[in-house]
Amino acid sequence: MIPKLTPELLVIGAVIVPLVGGLLLPFFHRTPNFREIVTLATAAKLAFVVWSLLANVLAGARPEVNVFEVAPGLELAFKVEPLGMLFALVAGSLWIVNSIYSIGYMRGNGEPRQTTFYVCFAVALSATMGIAFAKNLFTLFVFYEALTLSTYPLVTHKATPEAMRAGRVYLVLLLGTSMVLLLPAIVATGVLAGTLDFKPGGILAGKAGAGVLGLLLALYVFGIGKAALMPFHFWLPAAMVAPTPVSALLHAVAVVKAGVFTVLKVVVLVFGLDVVSGTPATTWLIYAAAATLLLAALTALAQDNLKARLAYSTVSQLAYVVLGALLATKMSSVGAGMQIATHAAGKITLFFCAGAVYVAAHKTEVSELNGIGRAMPVTMFAFLVGSLSIIGMPPLGGSWSKWFLAMGALDAGHRAAFSVLMLSSLLSVAYLMPIVARAFFMPPEASSPSAGSTLQEAPLACLIAIGLTALMCVALFFSAGIAERLMIAALATR
Amino acid sequence: MKAIEPHLPVLPVLIPLFGALISAFFRRGTMAWGMALVATWGAAAASWLLLAKVLATGQPISYLMGGWAVPWGIEYRVDVLNAFVLMLVTLVGAILMPYARKSVAHEIDQHVQAWFYSMYLLSLTGLLGITVTGDAFNVFVFLEISSLSTYVLIAMGRHRRAVLAAYQYLIVGTIGATFYVIGIGLLYLVTGSLNIADIASRLGSAPPEFSRPILAALAFLTVGVCLKLALFPLHVWLPNAYAYAPSVATVFLAGTATKVAVYLLLRLFFSVFGVAISFKTLPVAQLLLVLSVAAMLIASLSAVFEENAERMLAYSSVAQIGYITLGIALANQSGLTGSIVHLLNHAVMKAALFMALGAVVYRLGAARISDMAGLGRRMPLTMAAFVLTGLGIIGVPGTAGFISKWYLALGALEKGYWPLVFLIVVSSLLAVIYIGRVVEAAYFREPTESNAKTKEPPLSMLVPILALAALTIYLGIDTRVSAEIAASAAKMLLGGLK
Repeated sequence: MIPKLTPELLVIGAVIVPLVGGLLLPFFHRTPNFREIVTLATAAKLAFVVWSLLANVLAGARPEVNVFEVAPGLELAFKVEPLGMLFALVAGSLWIVNSIYSIGYMRGNGEPRQTTFYVCFAVALSATMGIAFAKNLFTLFVFYEALTLSTYPLVTHKATPEAMRAGRVYLVLLLGTSMVLLLPAIVATGVLAGTLDFKPGGILAGKAGAGVLGLLLALYVFGIGKAALMPFHFWLPAAMVAPTPVSALLHAVAVVKAGVFTVLKVVVLVFGLDVVSGTPATTWLIYAAAATLLLAALTALAQDNLKARLAYSTVSQLAYVVLGALLATKMSSVGAGMQIATHAAGKITLFFCAGAVYVAAHKTEVSELNGIGRAMPVTMFAFLVGSLSIIGMPPLGGSWSKWFLAMGALDAGHRAAFSVLMLSSLLSVAYLMPIVARAFFMPPEASSPSAGSTLQEAPLACLIAIGLTALMCVALFFSAGIAERLMIAALATR
Repeated sequence: MKAIEPHLPVLPVLIPLFGALISAFFRRGTMAWGMALVATWGAAAASWLLLAKVLATGQPISYLMGGWAVPWGIEYRVDVLNAFVLMLVTLVGAILMPYARKSVAHEIDQHVQAWFYSMYLLSLTGLLGITVTGDAFNVFVFLEISSLSTYVLIAMGRHRRAVLAAYQYLIVGTIGATFYVIGIGLLYLVTGSLNIADIASRLGSAPPEFSRPILAALAFLTVGVCLKLALFPLHVWLPNAYAYAPSVATVFLAGTATKVAVYLLLRLFFSVFGVAISFKTLPVAQLLLVLSVAAMLIASLSAVFEENAERMLAYSSVAQIGYITLGIALANQSGLTGSIVHLLNHAVMKAALFMALGAVVYRLGAARISDMAGLGRRMPLTMAAFVLTGLGIIGVPGTAGFISKWYLALGALEKGYWPLVFLIVVSSLLAVIYIGRVVEAAYFREPTESNAKTKEPPLSMLVPILALAALTIYLGIDTRVSAEIAASAAKMLLGGLK
């Protein structure tokens, strides 16, 4: 009865499963327990689908599905290549964990409009899968915009004037960059290369002069606003008004990683590493990425709001990926790909912890966290693990990506980039470690009424999720091989 | 059927003309509405048969009125381009008619409702006549029929200022028609013919001393038609006309009237004068390009600062007409395809938006943006349709608007006009802001007391709105009926000049 699960069916399934799941949810509006089961089942099915694809891709298969042609040259089509596989694995696996967490968080906080929340979340995941498996720039662009639009109701979930303002910034910056910079870049690519398909080795080599290619690359790098390169990063701190599960999965994993993933994909499969490293303008873009890396880290230092600090940390960590892509060596690209996976696990852990603190103690500022580690030891220990992974300490996943990126910078002969990477690691110690130190070593403030016995850990669902992602940070250290193999396969120019 | 078939080209004009005559005799609005419905659907069926026939044979259909031979008699001539325009005009009309009954009954006095439908049908007659005829003077006759009936339609608006808006349009429209007739007179002087195809062939061999009157004719015709299609800065009549006309008239005008005027411009530039005269002797293309860009940016900015939602959409229309004329100015295959496909796409999207506003007016009596507070929860389907078609106006991929924008950007790049691509997309960014203002009001503001009690419009209004919203998505995904026909029309326009 059940059709055989061919890889082609799985590709379509990855996009369709969350969409169908999401559209089913409103029918369970009055029975929250069933609604949550549907969400979890959908997330589990998606994870199953993407992990089933992995074996095929590692074996060298590149399953593709051409859905239909919208207009000549504009084809809606999917093709799984290793880079997209990596991204889909990250987003697909973390969705389950995040759904468990969402249930604890949304119920713990008694949030309104939960059905809308889960529907938009599922649609956003469907769009993310579409981005991961897009065969050409047009398909990618369709789902890129769909992701922006489906996450807008999540950012404005609280429906306060503040949320509305944040929503404005979010839409105008993300739609603005993608329409004003990215779309012209895609049209120009189509005119110059005669195709919009991603191809190993790129499609633009020799199609235009260095000046035009440099301009085009800049349009892509800045036009992909989801990568949050300065000065187009404001939408990310603004998006932090959303409920924490949204910040955790979408604004630390799906949306922002869709941005840097697109940058990486464009560099590797539209331009090709050789073209990027051979274009003079790349140097300037590397400086832009390096500047973002440092400035965002410095800004993070000055933030007292915990989520804002994490948001700026994300901006900084995303710039690592852009930098790795632009350095355009094999090492740096492998590092960039790994950073997508390891930062995802680390940052989602940190956001989960921030949310847990909010649910349990209603605290949002770093300065209020004194001594909270005594009441919430599990949460704060997980926070430590996540922080160390982001800083790049072994035996945690983050150490690999930092290692490959640093090697890549040396490979490319970019001493400046190398120093920036090192300096930024120090800065990340400076903006993350004090939080842990406050939680464990500072005495709780006597004046605070919640101090002492009334404070306890967050709901169990939250704790399970936190434990799982913290474990992932460790697991990524030992199983980074999968990510490395995928990245090396992605870089093959054949 | 066999007996009617040879007369198919006149049916889109005759059916609404007689419908107008008959519906004027009814005393009750509902009866007149029934007549209008039948006549519109009849005209639509005839138009779609014509389009199918033209597409099947690939040849233009020529019909001689009363059997008089050209160039003495009047010829109706249907090719891919005007069959496509016939299709889109009647499509808007056909979807509008079921919607019209409740809206008209709500906004217009019982004793003049029959007149309203009669005028609507006359206007439809005029627009379809302009489109289908192959005779330049006959175009003028139909232009006047459609204009005069439109003045009446606008003046029937529920607000006293409707009369002023109608008068404003009357002045401008009369100037436009006068310019048109002067232009045609000059052409008649030069060529001795009024048949469009005949004029075109004779212009090519006109002696050199006639080059000045030909240019004068081009100038008069261009300005005259651009007044009708509301090219910036000749658009001042449009926002008032759209804002104060009855909702149904606004939907009809926004969806069809300017589109037919654009068709006329295409016909004049490419079929009558040809690129050689239109764009080479005078800087018409450059002028059109600059004005189009100005329309796209300045009118969009006006929309951003407009409090009245109907005027906001009207300014948006001026901006979108800028997109259409931009493609004409580019005058290459991609650009023209973008223009022609946007005729249909914009007609569908703008009709849907104005219908949604009409539904708000039906329930609340006004359509200021501040009046729409909290409607997202009270009228969820109507507002969802508004948001969807709004995304189309913005040009989000997956909607009809994206297809038009894609072809226009392609056309601009093929000409090497890099900066133009950015101006096109900046204009759609402005659309994000003005559509976003309605979204914020509808979804984030607390409903006022009267809004809290309101609900969805009646089904006869809701279904057409949803149908158009669905069409906006459909035309963004399957472009066989839109872009493919538009591309062949563009090819015909450009190819006829070799």
